[in-house]
Amino acid sequence: MNRHSSASFLLSVCVLTGLVLVAIFAPFVAPYSPTDVLAAPFAMPNADNLLGTDALGRDLLSRTIYGLRYTLGIATFVTVVACALGVVLAIMAAVRKGWLDMVIGRGVDSVMAIPQIIFALIVLAVAGISLTTLVCTMIVLEATLFFRILRASAGDIAAMDFIEVARLRGEKLPWYIFREILPNLAPTLIAEFGIRFAYASLFISALSFLGVGIQPPEADLGGLVRENALAISIGRTAPLVPAFVIAAIAVAANGIVDWFVHKYSIRSELGQ
Amino acid sequence: MRHPLLSFVIQRAGSGLISLVVVSVLVFVGTAMLPGDAAQAILGQDATPQALSELRQELGLNDPLFLRYWNWVAGALQGDMGMSFSSKRPVVEVLIPRLTNSMILALSAAAIALPLAIGLGIIAALNRESLLDRMISMVSMWLVSIPAFLSGYILINIFSTRLGWFPGLAIIRSSATLADWANALALPVATLVFITIAHTMRLTRTAILSVMASDYILMAEIKGLSPRRIVLKHALPNALSPILSISMLTIASLMVGVVVVEAVFSYTGMGKLMVDAVAYRDLPLVQACGVCFSLVFILFNFAADFLSILVNPRLREPKA
Repeated sequence: MNRHSSASFLLSVCVLTGLVLVAIFAPFVAPYSPTDVLAAPFAMPNADNLLGTDALGRDLLSRTIYGLRYTLGIATFVTVVACALGVVLAIMAAVRKGWLDMVIGRGVDSVMAIPQIIFALIVLAVAGISLTTLVCTMIVLEATLFFRILRASAGDIAAMDFIEVARLRGEKLPWYIFREILPNLAPTLIAEFGIRFAYASLFISALSFLGVGIQPPEADLGGLVRENALAISIGRTAPLVPAFVIAAIAVAANGIVDWFVHKYSIRSELGQ
Repeated sequence: MRHPLLSFVIQRAGSGLISLVVVSVLVFVGTAMLPGDAAQAILGQDATPQALSELRQELGLNDPLFLRYWNWVAGALQGDMGMSFSSKRPVVEVLIPRLTNSMILALSAAAIALPLAIGLGIIAALNRESLLDRMISMVSMWLVSIPAFLSGYILINIFSTRLGWFPGLAIIRSSATLADWANALALPVATLVFITIAHTMRLTRTAILSVMASDYILMAEIKGLSPRRIVLKHALPNALSPILSISMLTIASLMVGVVVVEAVFSYTGMGKLMVDAVAYRDLPLVQACGVCFSLVFILFNFAADFLSILVNPRLREPKA
Protein backbone atom coordinates (compact mmCIF):
# COMPACT_ATOMS: atom_id res chain seq x y z
CA MET A 1 0.00 0.00 0.00
CA ASN A 2 1.57 3.27 -1.01
CA ARG A 3 0.82 6.88 -0.18
CA HIS A 4 -0.44 7.57 -3.66
CA SER A 5 -3.25 4.98 -3.45
CA SER A 6 -4.36 6.18 -0.03
CA ALA A 7 -4.60 9.71 -1.39
CA SER A 8 -6.73 8.61 -4.31
CA PHE A 9 -8.85 6.56 -1.89
CA LEU A 10 -9.45 9.59 0.35
CA LEU A 11 -10.26 11.73 -2.67
CA SER A 12 -12.73 9.09 -3.92
CA VAL A 13 -14.46 8.91 -0.53
CA CYS A 14 -14.73 12.72 -0.37
CA VAL A 15 -16.12 12.99 -3.92
CA LEU A 16 -18.71 10.25 -3.40
CA THR A 17 -19.78 11.52 0.04
CA GLY A 18 -20.01 15.04 -1.35
CA LEU A 19 -22.19 13.94 -4.25
CA VAL A 20 -24.47 11.88 -1.98
CA LEU A 21 -24.90 14.83 0.42
CA VAL A 22 -25.65 17.20 -2.46
CA ALA A 23 -28.25 14.75 -3.80
CA ILE A 24 -29.92 14.33 -0.39
CA PHE A 25 -30.03 18.05 0.35
CA ALA A 26 -30.78 19.09 -3.24
CA PRO A 27 -33.55 21.60 -2.35
CA PHE A 28 -31.16 23.47 -0.04
CA VAL A 29 -28.09 23.28 -2.27
CA ALA A 30 -29.61 24.05 -5.68
CA PRO A 31 -29.64 27.81 -6.35
CA TYR A 32 -32.84 27.68 -8.44
CA SER A 33 -35.77 25.42 -9.14
CA PRO A 34 -34.80 22.88 -11.81
CA THR A 35 -37.91 23.72 -13.83
CA ASP A 36 -37.80 27.56 -13.90
CA VAL A 37 -36.84 29.18 -17.18
CA LEU A 38 -34.41 31.92 -16.21
CA ALA A 39 -32.39 33.05 -19.20
CA ALA A 40 -31.62 32.46 -22.87
CA PRO A 41 -30.96 28.84 -23.91
CA PHE A 42 -27.35 27.61 -23.65
CA ALA A 43 -26.13 30.74 -21.85
CA MET A 44 -22.44 30.63 -20.98
CA PRO A 45 -21.54 30.21 -17.30
CA ASN A 46 -21.97 33.55 -15.46
CA ALA A 47 -22.50 34.92 -11.97
CA ASP A 48 -26.24 34.10 -11.96
CA ASN A 49 -25.97 30.68 -13.53
CA LEU A 50 -22.67 29.22 -12.39
CA LEU A 51 -22.67 26.47 -15.03
CA GLY A 52 -24.77 28.32 -17.62
CA THR A 53 -28.24 27.33 -18.78
CA ASP A 54 -29.69 24.36 -20.63
CA ALA A 55 -31.59 23.96 -23.92
CA LEU A 56 -34.66 25.77 -22.51
CA GLY A 57 -32.81 28.38 -20.45
CA ARG A 58 -33.05 26.56 -17.11
CA ASP A 59 -30.19 26.68 -14.60
CA LEU A 60 -27.84 23.82 -15.49
CA LEU A 61 -26.33 23.55 -12.00
CA SER A 62 -29.74 23.15 -10.37
CA ARG A 63 -30.85 20.62 -12.98
CA THR A 64 -27.65 18.64 -12.55
CA ILE A 65 -28.14 18.58 -8.76
CA TYR A 66 -31.68 17.26 -9.13
CA GLY A 67 -30.56 14.84 -11.87
CA LEU A 68 -27.96 13.49 -9.47
CA ARG A 69 -30.81 12.48 -7.13
CA TYR A 70 -32.29 10.23 -9.79
CA THR A 71 -28.99 8.67 -10.86
CA LEU A 72 -27.70 7.98 -7.34
CA GLY A 73 -31.14 6.97 -6.06
CA ILE A 74 -31.74 4.42 -8.82
CA ALA A 75 -28.17 3.09 -8.75
CA THR A 76 -28.29 2.64 -4.96
CA PHE A 77 -31.72 1.03 -4.90
CA VAL A 78 -30.90 -1.34 -7.79
CA THR A 79 -27.54 -2.36 -6.32
CA VAL A 80 -28.93 -2.98 -2.81
CA VAL A 81 -31.86 -5.10 -4.01
CA ALA A 82 -29.77 -6.97 -6.61
CA CYS A 83 -27.11 -7.65 -3.98
CA ALA A 84 -29.65 -9.06 -1.52
CA LEU A 85 -31.23 -11.19 -4.25
CA GLY A 86 -27.83 -12.40 -5.48
CA VAL A 87 -26.66 -13.29 -1.97
CA VAL A 88 -29.81 -15.23 -1.10
CA LEU A 89 -29.82 -17.16 -4.39
CA ALA A 90 -26.06 -17.85 -4.29
CA ILE A 91 -26.13 -19.17 -0.74
CA MET A 92 -29.24 -21.23 -1.36
CA ALA A 93 -27.66 -22.72 -4.48
CA ALA A 94 -24.38 -23.40 -2.68
CA VAL A 95 -25.99 -24.99 0.38
CA ARG A 96 -28.84 -26.92 -1.21
CA LYS A 97 -27.04 -27.81 -4.48
CA GLY A 98 -28.99 -30.27 -6.70
CA TRP A 99 -31.62 -29.17 -9.18
CA LEU A 100 -32.11 -25.72 -7.61
CA ASP A 101 -28.44 -24.92 -8.10
CA MET A 102 -28.55 -26.16 -11.67
CA VAL A 103 -31.71 -24.26 -12.64
CA ILE A 104 -30.48 -20.96 -11.20
CA GLY A 105 -27.00 -21.49 -12.66
CA ARG A 106 -28.29 -22.22 -16.16
CA GLY A 107 -30.74 -19.31 -15.98
CA VAL A 108 -27.98 -16.93 -14.95
CA ASP A 109 -25.70 -18.27 -17.70
CA SER A 110 -28.24 -17.72 -20.44
CA VAL A 111 -29.03 -14.16 -19.28
CA MET A 112 -25.32 -13.35 -18.96
CA ALA A 113 -24.61 -14.56 -22.50
CA ILE A 114 -26.79 -11.73 -23.82
CA PRO A 115 -25.17 -8.29 -23.79
CA GLN A 116 -26.75 -6.36 -20.89
CA ILE A 117 -27.75 -3.28 -22.83
CA ILE A 118 -29.34 -5.41 -25.56
CA PHE A 119 -31.31 -7.38 -22.94
CA ALA A 120 -32.51 -4.13 -21.38
CA LEU A 121 -33.51 -2.66 -24.76
CA ILE A 122 -35.57 -5.76 -25.60
CA VAL A 123 -37.36 -5.77 -22.25
CA LEU A 124 -38.07 -2.03 -22.48
CA ALA A 125 -39.46 -2.44 -26.01
CA VAL A 126 -41.74 -5.27 -24.94
CA ALA A 127 -42.92 -4.00 -21.56
CA GLY A 128 -42.87 -0.31 -22.42
CA ILE A 129 -40.60 2.31 -20.90
CA SER A 130 -41.45 3.02 -17.27
CA LEU A 131 -39.50 3.52 -14.06
CA THR A 132 -40.73 0.15 -12.72
CA THR A 133 -39.62 -1.77 -15.83
CA LEU A 134 -36.31 0.04 -15.83
CA VAL A 135 -35.54 -0.71 -12.18
CA CYS A 136 -36.72 -4.34 -12.37
CA THR A 137 -34.65 -5.04 -15.50
CA MET A 138 -31.55 -3.54 -13.92
CA ILE A 139 -32.11 -5.56 -10.73
CA VAL A 140 -32.33 -8.82 -12.70
CA LEU A 141 -29.18 -8.02 -14.71
CA GLU A 142 -27.16 -6.95 -11.68
CA ALA A 143 -28.38 -9.86 -9.55
CA THR A 144 -27.06 -12.36 -12.13
CA LEU A 145 -23.59 -10.82 -11.79
CA PHE A 146 -23.77 -10.85 -7.98
CA PHE A 147 -24.89 -14.48 -8.15
CA ARG A 148 -22.08 -15.50 -10.50
CA ILE A 149 -19.28 -14.13 -8.32
CA LEU A 150 -20.83 -15.13 -4.96
CA ARG A 151 -21.84 -18.65 -5.98
CA ALA A 152 -18.19 -19.60 -6.51
CA SER A 153 -17.05 -18.16 -3.16
CA ALA A 154 -20.09 -19.49 -1.30
CA GLY A 155 -19.41 -22.95 -2.75
CA ASP A 156 -15.84 -22.85 -1.41
CA ILE A 157 -16.99 -21.71 2.01
CA ALA A 158 -19.90 -24.17 2.20
CA ALA A 159 -17.38 -27.01 1.65
CA MET A 160 -15.25 -25.92 4.63
CA ASP A 161 -15.04 -28.00 7.78
CA PHE A 162 -16.55 -25.39 10.09
CA ILE A 163 -19.79 -25.51 8.09
CA GLU A 164 -19.84 -29.29 8.44
CA VAL A 165 -19.29 -28.92 12.17
CA ALA A 166 -22.17 -26.45 12.43
CA ARG A 167 -24.38 -28.81 10.48
CA LEU A 168 -23.45 -31.73 12.72
CA ARG A 169 -24.16 -29.58 15.79
CA GLY A 170 -27.68 -29.45 14.43
CA GLU A 171 -27.73 -25.76 13.53
CA LYS A 172 -30.54 -24.59 11.28
CA LEU A 173 -29.99 -23.23 7.76
CA PRO A 174 -30.55 -19.51 8.58
CA TRP A 175 -28.09 -19.75 11.46
CA TYR A 176 -25.16 -20.89 9.43
CA ILE A 177 -26.01 -18.59 6.56
CA PHE A 178 -25.86 -15.54 8.83
CA ARG A 179 -23.25 -16.65 11.33
CA GLU A 180 -20.85 -18.67 9.17
CA ILE A 181 -21.18 -18.09 5.45
CA LEU A 182 -22.08 -14.41 5.20
CA PRO A 183 -19.22 -13.04 7.36
CA ASN A 184 -16.75 -15.01 5.22
CA LEU A 185 -18.26 -13.68 2.01
CA ALA A 186 -18.18 -10.07 3.22
CA PRO A 187 -14.91 -8.85 1.61
CA THR A 188 -15.84 -10.20 -1.84
CA LEU A 189 -19.35 -8.88 -1.41
CA ILE A 190 -18.25 -5.36 -0.49
CA ALA A 191 -15.84 -5.10 -3.43
CA GLU A 192 -18.47 -6.43 -5.82
CA PHE A 193 -21.03 -4.00 -4.40
CA GLY A 194 -18.79 -1.05 -5.29
CA ILE A 195 -18.14 -2.30 -8.82
CA ARG A 196 -21.84 -2.97 -9.41
CA PHE A 197 -22.82 0.43 -8.02
CA ALA A 198 -20.46 2.18 -10.45
CA TYR A 199 -21.79 0.01 -13.25
CA ALA A 200 -25.44 0.69 -12.34
CA SER A 201 -24.81 4.46 -12.43
CA LEU A 202 -23.22 4.19 -15.86
CA PHE A 203 -25.95 1.85 -17.09
CA ILE A 204 -28.97 3.97 -16.11
CA SER A 205 -27.15 7.01 -17.54
CA ALA A 206 -26.53 5.22 -20.85
CA LEU A 207 -30.19 4.14 -21.11
CA SER A 208 -31.44 7.65 -20.38
CA PHE A 209 -28.92 9.07 -22.82
CA LEU A 210 -30.34 6.72 -25.48
CA GLY A 211 -33.83 8.04 -24.67
CA VAL A 212 -35.16 4.78 -23.24
CA GLY A 213 -34.47 5.49 -19.55
CA ILE A 214 -36.00 8.22 -17.35
CA GLN A 215 -38.50 10.09 -19.52
CA PRO A 216 -38.90 13.89 -19.80
CA PRO A 217 -39.94 16.13 -18.07
CA GLU A 218 -37.99 14.26 -15.36
CA ALA A 219 -34.29 13.95 -16.07
CA ASP A 220 -31.43 12.03 -14.52
CA LEU A 221 -27.83 12.84 -15.44
CA GLY A 222 -27.94 10.75 -18.63
CA GLY A 223 -31.20 12.42 -19.62
CA LEU A 224 -29.57 15.84 -19.10
CA VAL A 225 -26.77 14.88 -21.48
CA ARG A 226 -29.40 13.92 -24.04
CA GLU A 227 -31.52 17.08 -23.74
CA ASN A 228 -28.46 19.29 -24.08
CA ALA A 229 -26.72 17.28 -26.81
CA LEU A 230 -27.44 19.98 -29.42
CA ALA A 231 -25.25 22.49 -27.58
CA ILE A 232 -22.16 20.52 -28.62
CA SER A 233 -22.63 21.36 -32.31
CA ILE A 234 -22.64 25.10 -31.54
CA GLY A 235 -19.52 24.87 -29.44
CA ARG A 236 -21.14 25.00 -25.99
CA THR A 237 -20.31 22.45 -23.33
CA ALA A 238 -23.67 22.05 -21.53
CA PRO A 239 -23.91 18.23 -21.99
CA LEU A 240 -20.39 17.78 -20.65
CA VAL A 241 -21.40 18.99 -17.16
CA PRO A 242 -23.79 16.11 -16.27
CA ALA A 243 -21.51 13.69 -18.18
CA PHE A 244 -18.57 14.69 -15.97
CA VAL A 245 -20.65 14.11 -12.84
CA ILE A 246 -21.53 10.58 -14.05
CA ALA A 247 -17.85 9.89 -14.66
CA ALA A 248 -17.01 11.28 -11.20
CA ILE A 249 -19.48 8.87 -9.54
CA ALA A 250 -18.00 5.87 -11.38
CA VAL A 251 -14.36 6.91 -10.93
CA ALA A 252 -14.88 7.51 -7.20
CA ALA A 253 -16.70 4.22 -6.66
CA ASN A 254 -14.04 2.29 -8.59
CA GLY A 255 -11.31 4.16 -6.70
CA ILE A 256 -12.73 2.99 -3.37
CA VAL A 257 -13.03 -0.60 -4.67
CA ASP A 258 -9.45 -0.50 -5.96
CA TRP A 259 -8.13 0.48 -2.55
CA PHE A 260 -10.28 -2.12 -0.82
CA VAL A 261 -9.22 -4.89 -3.22
CA HIS A 262 -5.53 -4.06 -2.65
CA LYS A 263 -6.01 -3.89 1.10
CA TYR A 264 -7.73 -7.26 1.42
CA SER A 265 -6.01 -8.72 -1.67
CA ILE A 266 -9.25 -9.96 -3.14
CA ARG A 267 -9.10 -11.61 -6.51
CA SER A 268 -11.25 -9.43 -8.69
CA GLU A 269 -12.30 -9.02 -12.27
CA LEU A 270 -10.16 -5.90 -12.41
CA GLY A 271 -7.25 -8.22 -13.07
CA GLN A 272 -4.92 -6.64 -10.56
CA MET B 1 -15.21 -42.61 -25.97
CA ARG B 2 -15.14 -39.04 -24.71
CA HIS B 3 -13.70 -36.28 -26.78
CA PRO B 4 -13.23 -33.27 -24.45
CA LEU B 5 -12.92 -30.64 -27.17
CA LEU B 6 -15.98 -31.89 -29.04
CA SER B 7 -18.09 -32.09 -25.90
CA PHE B 8 -17.00 -28.55 -25.01
CA VAL B 9 -18.10 -27.30 -28.43
CA ILE B 10 -21.45 -29.09 -28.19
CA GLN B 11 -22.08 -27.84 -24.67
CA ARG B 12 -21.28 -24.23 -25.53
CA ALA B 13 -23.25 -24.31 -28.77
CA GLY B 14 -26.18 -25.64 -26.77
CA SER B 15 -26.03 -22.92 -24.12
CA GLY B 16 -25.56 -20.26 -26.81
CA LEU B 17 -28.70 -21.52 -28.55
CA ILE B 18 -30.64 -21.33 -25.27
CA SER B 19 -29.62 -17.68 -24.90
CA LEU B 20 -30.78 -16.89 -28.44
CA VAL B 21 -34.09 -18.62 -27.71
CA VAL B 22 -34.40 -16.51 -24.53
CA VAL B 23 -33.91 -13.31 -26.58
CA SER B 24 -36.45 -14.23 -29.23
CA VAL B 25 -39.03 -15.75 -26.86
CA LEU B 26 -38.89 -12.65 -24.65
CA VAL B 27 -40.22 -10.59 -27.54
CA PHE B 28 -42.80 -13.19 -28.51
CA VAL B 29 -44.32 -13.61 -25.08
CA GLY B 30 -44.25 -9.84 -24.59
CA THR B 31 -46.06 -9.25 -27.86
CA ALA B 32 -48.72 -11.76 -26.91
CA MET B 33 -49.35 -10.03 -23.57
CA LEU B 34 -49.67 -6.57 -25.04
CA PRO B 35 -53.01 -5.01 -25.87
CA GLY B 36 -53.25 -4.69 -29.66
CA ASP B 37 -51.10 -6.80 -31.95
CA ALA B 38 -48.92 -6.64 -35.02
CA ALA B 39 -51.89 -6.09 -37.32
CA GLN B 40 -53.01 -3.13 -35.21
CA ALA B 41 -49.48 -1.76 -35.18
CA ILE B 42 -49.13 -1.99 -38.97
CA LEU B 43 -52.56 -0.60 -39.87
CA GLY B 44 -52.80 1.98 -37.08
CA GLN B 45 -55.61 2.87 -34.64
CA ASP B 46 -58.31 3.74 -37.20
CA ALA B 47 -58.14 0.51 -39.23
CA THR B 48 -61.46 -1.18 -40.03
CA PRO B 49 -62.15 -4.49 -38.21
CA GLN B 50 -62.47 -6.08 -41.65
CA ALA B 51 -58.92 -5.09 -42.69
CA LEU B 52 -57.57 -6.06 -39.27
CA SER B 53 -58.96 -9.57 -39.36
CA GLU B 54 -57.72 -10.09 -42.92
CA LEU B 55 -54.21 -9.01 -42.01
CA ARG B 56 -54.31 -11.16 -38.85
CA GLN B 57 -55.19 -14.13 -41.02
CA GLU B 58 -52.40 -13.26 -43.45
CA LEU B 59 -49.77 -12.81 -40.72
CA GLY B 60 -50.91 -16.00 -38.98
CA LEU B 61 -51.76 -14.12 -35.78
CA ASN B 62 -54.68 -16.42 -35.04
CA ASP B 63 -52.42 -19.43 -34.66
CA PRO B 64 -51.35 -20.59 -31.18
CA LEU B 65 -48.24 -18.92 -29.77
CA PHE B 66 -45.83 -21.85 -30.04
CA LEU B 67 -46.79 -22.42 -33.68
CA ARG B 68 -46.18 -18.74 -34.44
CA TYR B 69 -42.83 -18.96 -32.70
CA TRP B 70 -41.94 -22.04 -34.71
CA ASN B 71 -42.92 -20.28 -37.94
CA TRP B 72 -40.79 -17.29 -36.95
CA VAL B 73 -37.74 -19.49 -36.28
CA ALA B 74 -38.25 -21.37 -39.56
CA GLY B 75 -38.55 -18.03 -41.40
CA ALA B 76 -35.53 -16.53 -39.61
CA LEU B 77 -33.38 -19.50 -40.61
CA GLN B 78 -34.30 -18.81 -44.24
CA GLY B 79 -33.56 -15.10 -43.89
CA ASP B 80 -37.13 -13.92 -43.32
CA MET B 81 -37.56 -12.12 -40.00
CA GLY B 82 -40.94 -10.54 -40.62
CA MET B 83 -42.00 -7.00 -41.48
CA SER B 84 -40.84 -3.87 -39.70
CA PHE B 85 -43.86 -1.93 -38.31
CA SER B 86 -42.35 1.51 -38.73
CA SER B 87 -40.88 1.29 -42.25
CA LYS B 88 -43.30 -1.38 -43.59
CA ARG B 89 -40.32 -3.13 -45.21
CA PRO B 90 -38.93 -6.61 -44.57
CA VAL B 91 -36.80 -6.57 -41.40
CA VAL B 92 -33.84 -8.25 -43.11
CA GLU B 93 -33.77 -5.58 -45.83
CA VAL B 94 -33.60 -2.85 -43.16
CA LEU B 95 -31.15 -4.77 -40.98
CA ILE B 96 -28.38 -5.89 -43.33
CA PRO B 97 -26.97 -2.47 -44.38
CA ARG B 98 -27.10 -1.31 -40.73
CA LEU B 99 -25.30 -4.46 -39.55
CA THR B 100 -22.61 -3.90 -42.18
CA ASN B 101 -22.12 -0.31 -40.99
CA SER B 102 -21.82 -1.42 -37.37
CA MET B 103 -19.32 -4.14 -38.29
CA ILE B 104 -17.21 -1.61 -40.20
CA LEU B 105 -17.22 0.70 -37.17
CA ALA B 106 -16.43 -2.03 -34.63
CA LEU B 107 -13.73 -3.73 -36.69
CA SER B 108 -11.99 -0.42 -37.52
CA ALA B 109 -11.93 0.29 -33.80
CA ALA B 110 -10.56 -3.21 -33.14
CA ALA B 111 -7.77 -2.66 -35.69
CA ILE B 112 -6.54 0.29 -33.61
CA ALA B 113 -7.53 -0.75 -30.08
CA LEU B 114 -6.06 -4.26 -30.14
CA PRO B 115 -2.41 -3.50 -31.04
CA LEU B 116 -2.46 -0.43 -28.80
CA ALA B 117 -3.99 -2.15 -25.77
CA ILE B 118 -1.94 -5.33 -26.10
CA GLY B 119 1.25 -3.33 -26.60
CA LEU B 120 0.56 -1.21 -23.52
CA GLY B 121 -0.39 -4.31 -21.52
CA ILE B 122 2.91 -5.98 -22.38
CA ILE B 123 4.87 -2.82 -21.53
CA ALA B 124 3.03 -2.53 -18.20
CA ALA B 125 3.68 -6.19 -17.35
CA LEU B 126 7.38 -6.04 -18.24
CA ASN B 127 7.86 -2.92 -16.13
CA ARG B 128 5.77 -4.27 -13.29
CA GLU B 129 5.28 -1.97 -10.27
CA SER B 130 7.31 0.76 -11.97
CA LEU B 131 6.04 4.32 -12.22
CA LEU B 132 5.03 3.63 -15.84
CA ASP B 133 2.98 0.58 -14.84
CA ARG B 134 1.22 2.53 -12.09
CA MET B 135 0.44 5.38 -14.44
CA ILE B 136 -0.96 3.01 -17.06
CA SER B 137 -3.18 1.26 -14.52
CA MET B 138 -4.29 4.58 -13.01
CA VAL B 139 -5.30 5.97 -16.41
CA SER B 140 -7.02 2.71 -17.33
CA MET B 141 -9.10 2.86 -14.14
CA TRP B 142 -10.25 6.33 -15.21
CA LEU B 143 -11.01 5.18 -18.73
CA VAL B 144 -13.27 2.28 -17.66
CA SER B 145 -15.34 4.71 -15.61
CA ILE B 146 -15.89 7.29 -18.34
CA PRO B 147 -19.17 6.91 -20.22
CA ALA B 148 -18.87 6.74 -24.02
CA PHE B 149 -20.91 9.91 -24.50
CA LEU B 150 -18.49 11.92 -22.36
CA SER B 151 -15.41 10.93 -24.36
CA GLY B 152 -17.42 11.26 -27.58
CA TYR B 153 -18.62 14.79 -26.84
CA ILE B 154 -15.18 15.89 -25.63
CA LEU B 155 -13.69 14.62 -28.92
CA ILE B 156 -16.40 16.42 -30.92
CA ASN B 157 -15.85 19.61 -28.95
CA ILE B 158 -12.09 19.58 -29.57
CA PHE B 159 -11.64 18.04 -33.02
CA SER B 160 -14.86 19.06 -34.71
CA THR B 161 -16.16 22.31 -33.22
CA ARG B 162 -12.85 23.94 -32.28
CA LEU B 163 -10.32 22.52 -34.73
CA GLY B 164 -12.72 21.55 -37.53
CA TRP B 165 -10.62 18.50 -38.48
CA PHE B 166 -13.39 15.91 -38.51
CA PRO B 167 -17.19 16.04 -38.77
CA GLY B 168 -19.11 15.77 -35.48
CA LEU B 169 -21.81 13.66 -37.11
CA ALA B 170 -20.70 10.47 -38.80
CA ILE B 171 -23.01 10.63 -41.80
CA ILE B 172 -22.09 8.30 -44.66
CA ARG B 173 -23.52 9.09 -48.10
CA SER B 174 -23.95 6.31 -50.63
CA SER B 175 -21.30 7.92 -52.86
CA ALA B 176 -18.74 7.98 -50.02
CA THR B 177 -15.14 7.19 -50.98
CA LEU B 178 -12.67 5.48 -48.68
CA ALA B 179 -11.36 8.89 -47.60
CA ASP B 180 -14.91 10.04 -46.72
CA TRP B 181 -15.37 6.92 -44.62
CA ALA B 182 -12.09 7.45 -42.79
CA ASN B 183 -12.96 11.08 -42.15
CA ALA B 184 -16.44 10.31 -40.83
CA LEU B 185 -15.32 7.32 -38.75
CA ALA B 186 -12.31 9.00 -37.10
CA LEU B 187 -14.10 10.31 -34.00
CA PRO B 188 -16.51 7.37 -33.43
CA VAL B 189 -13.59 4.96 -33.77
CA ALA B 190 -11.49 7.01 -31.33
CA THR B 191 -14.39 6.96 -28.83
CA LEU B 192 -14.73 3.18 -29.10
CA VAL B 193 -10.98 2.78 -28.65
CA PHE B 194 -11.18 4.87 -25.46
CA ILE B 195 -13.94 2.81 -23.91
CA THR B 196 -12.45 -0.64 -24.64
CA ILE B 197 -8.70 -0.13 -24.38
CA ALA B 198 -8.48 -0.17 -20.57
CA HIS B 199 -10.09 -3.55 -20.03
CA THR B 200 -8.12 -5.26 -22.81
CA MET B 201 -4.92 -3.79 -21.46
CA ARG B 202 -5.55 -5.03 -17.93
CA LEU B 203 -6.36 -8.51 -19.17
CA THR B 204 -3.17 -8.59 -21.29
CA ARG B 205 -1.08 -7.41 -18.35
CA THR B 206 -2.50 -10.16 -16.12
CA ALA B 207 -1.98 -12.81 -18.81
CA ILE B 208 1.67 -11.82 -19.36
CA LEU B 209 2.34 -11.67 -15.61
CA SER B 210 0.93 -15.15 -15.08
CA VAL B 211 3.16 -16.52 -17.85
CA MET B 212 6.18 -14.69 -16.43
CA ALA B 213 5.54 -16.33 -13.05
CA SER B 214 5.90 -19.87 -14.46
CA ASP B 215 8.77 -22.17 -13.56
CA TYR B 216 10.21 -22.36 -17.07
CA ILE B 217 10.70 -18.60 -17.10
CA LEU B 218 12.55 -18.87 -13.79
CA MET B 219 14.59 -21.70 -15.34
CA ALA B 220 15.42 -19.52 -18.35
CA GLU B 221 16.51 -16.74 -16.00
CA ILE B 222 18.71 -19.14 -14.02
CA LYS B 223 20.28 -20.33 -17.25
CA GLY B 224 21.33 -16.72 -17.72
CA LEU B 225 19.38 -15.92 -20.87
CA SER B 226 18.96 -12.27 -21.77
CA PRO B 227 15.61 -10.69 -20.74
CA ARG B 228 14.91 -9.97 -24.42
CA ARG B 229 15.33 -13.62 -25.36
CA ILE B 230 13.23 -14.77 -22.39
CA VAL B 231 10.35 -12.52 -23.41
CA LEU B 232 10.47 -13.16 -27.15
CA LYS B 233 11.32 -16.89 -27.22
CA HIS B 234 9.85 -18.20 -23.97
CA ALA B 235 7.08 -15.96 -22.69
CA LEU B 236 5.39 -14.61 -25.82
CA PRO B 237 4.63 -17.95 -27.53
CA ASN B 238 2.89 -19.10 -24.36
CA ALA B 239 1.08 -15.80 -23.88
CA LEU B 240 -0.21 -15.93 -27.44
CA SER B 241 -3.33 -17.96 -26.69
CA PRO B 242 -4.57 -15.78 -23.83
CA ILE B 243 -3.87 -12.72 -26.00
CA LEU B 244 -5.84 -14.20 -28.89
CA SER B 245 -8.81 -14.92 -26.68
CA ILE B 246 -8.57 -11.46 -25.10
CA SER B 247 -8.76 -10.06 -28.65
CA MET B 248 -11.97 -11.99 -29.29
CA LEU B 249 -13.49 -10.66 -26.04
CA THR B 250 -12.52 -7.14 -27.07
CA ILE B 251 -14.24 -7.46 -30.44
CA ALA B 252 -17.34 -8.81 -28.67
CA SER B 253 -17.44 -5.80 -26.35
CA LEU B 254 -16.77 -3.39 -29.26
CA MET B 255 -19.79 -4.81 -31.11
CA VAL B 256 -21.98 -3.90 -28.14
CA GLY B 257 -20.17 -0.62 -27.48
CA VAL B 258 -21.41 0.68 -30.82
CA VAL B 259 -24.93 1.15 -29.37
CA VAL B 260 -24.08 4.31 -27.41
CA VAL B 261 -21.36 5.54 -29.78
CA GLU B 262 -23.72 5.43 -32.75
CA ALA B 263 -26.22 7.54 -30.81
CA VAL B 264 -23.52 10.14 -30.03
CA PHE B 265 -22.46 10.48 -33.67
CA SER B 266 -25.85 9.76 -35.33
CA TYR B 267 -24.15 6.95 -37.23
CA THR B 268 -26.59 4.75 -39.16
CA GLY B 269 -25.63 1.40 -37.66
CA MET B 270 -27.55 -1.42 -36.04
CA GLY B 271 -27.30 0.09 -32.54
CA LYS B 272 -29.10 3.26 -33.55
CA LEU B 273 -31.58 1.17 -35.53
CA MET B 274 -32.39 -0.87 -32.43
CA VAL B 275 -32.72 2.14 -30.12
CA ASP B 276 -35.07 3.84 -32.61
CA ALA B 277 -37.04 0.61 -32.94
CA VAL B 278 -37.44 0.48 -29.14
CA ALA B 279 -38.74 4.07 -29.11
CA TYR B 280 -41.30 3.21 -31.86
CA ARG B 281 -41.97 -0.20 -30.29
CA ASP B 282 -41.26 -1.78 -33.65
CA LEU B 283 -41.04 -5.24 -32.08
CA PRO B 284 -40.07 -7.37 -35.12
CA LEU B 285 -37.14 -5.03 -35.70
CA VAL B 286 -36.16 -5.01 -31.99
CA GLN B 287 -36.30 -8.80 -32.00
CA ALA B 288 -34.13 -9.12 -35.11
CA CYS B 289 -31.56 -6.59 -33.83
CA GLY B 290 -31.54 -8.30 -30.42
CA VAL B 291 -30.93 -11.72 -31.94
CA CYS B 292 -28.25 -10.30 -34.25
CA PHE B 293 -26.34 -8.48 -31.47
CA SER B 294 -26.57 -11.49 -29.17
CA LEU B 295 -25.45 -13.88 -31.90
CA VAL B 296 -22.34 -11.82 -32.68
CA PHE B 297 -21.59 -11.41 -28.96
CA ILE B 298 -22.04 -15.12 -28.23
CA LEU B 299 -19.94 -16.16 -31.24
CA PHE B 300 -16.96 -14.00 -30.29
CA ASN B 301 -17.15 -15.08 -26.64
CA PHE B 302 -17.28 -18.67 -27.81
CA ALA B 303 -14.26 -18.10 -30.04
CA ALA B 304 -12.39 -16.69 -27.05
CA ASP B 305 -13.07 -19.76 -24.89
CA PHE B 306 -12.49 -22.14 -27.76
CA LEU B 307 -9.07 -20.65 -28.56
CA SER B 308 -7.89 -20.76 -24.98
CA ILE B 309 -9.07 -24.34 -24.53
CA LEU B 310 -7.54 -25.42 -27.84
CA VAL B 311 -4.09 -24.24 -26.83
CA ASN B 312 -4.25 -25.15 -23.15
CA PRO B 313 -5.32 -28.81 -22.78
CA ARG B 314 -5.45 -28.50 -18.99
CA LEU B 315 -8.64 -26.43 -19.33
CA ARG B 316 -10.40 -29.28 -21.12
CA GLU B 317 -11.05 -31.26 -17.97
CA PRO B 318 -13.38 -29.60 -15.48
CA LYS B 319 -11.55 -28.82 -12.27
CA ALA B 320 -12.40 -31.08 -9.35
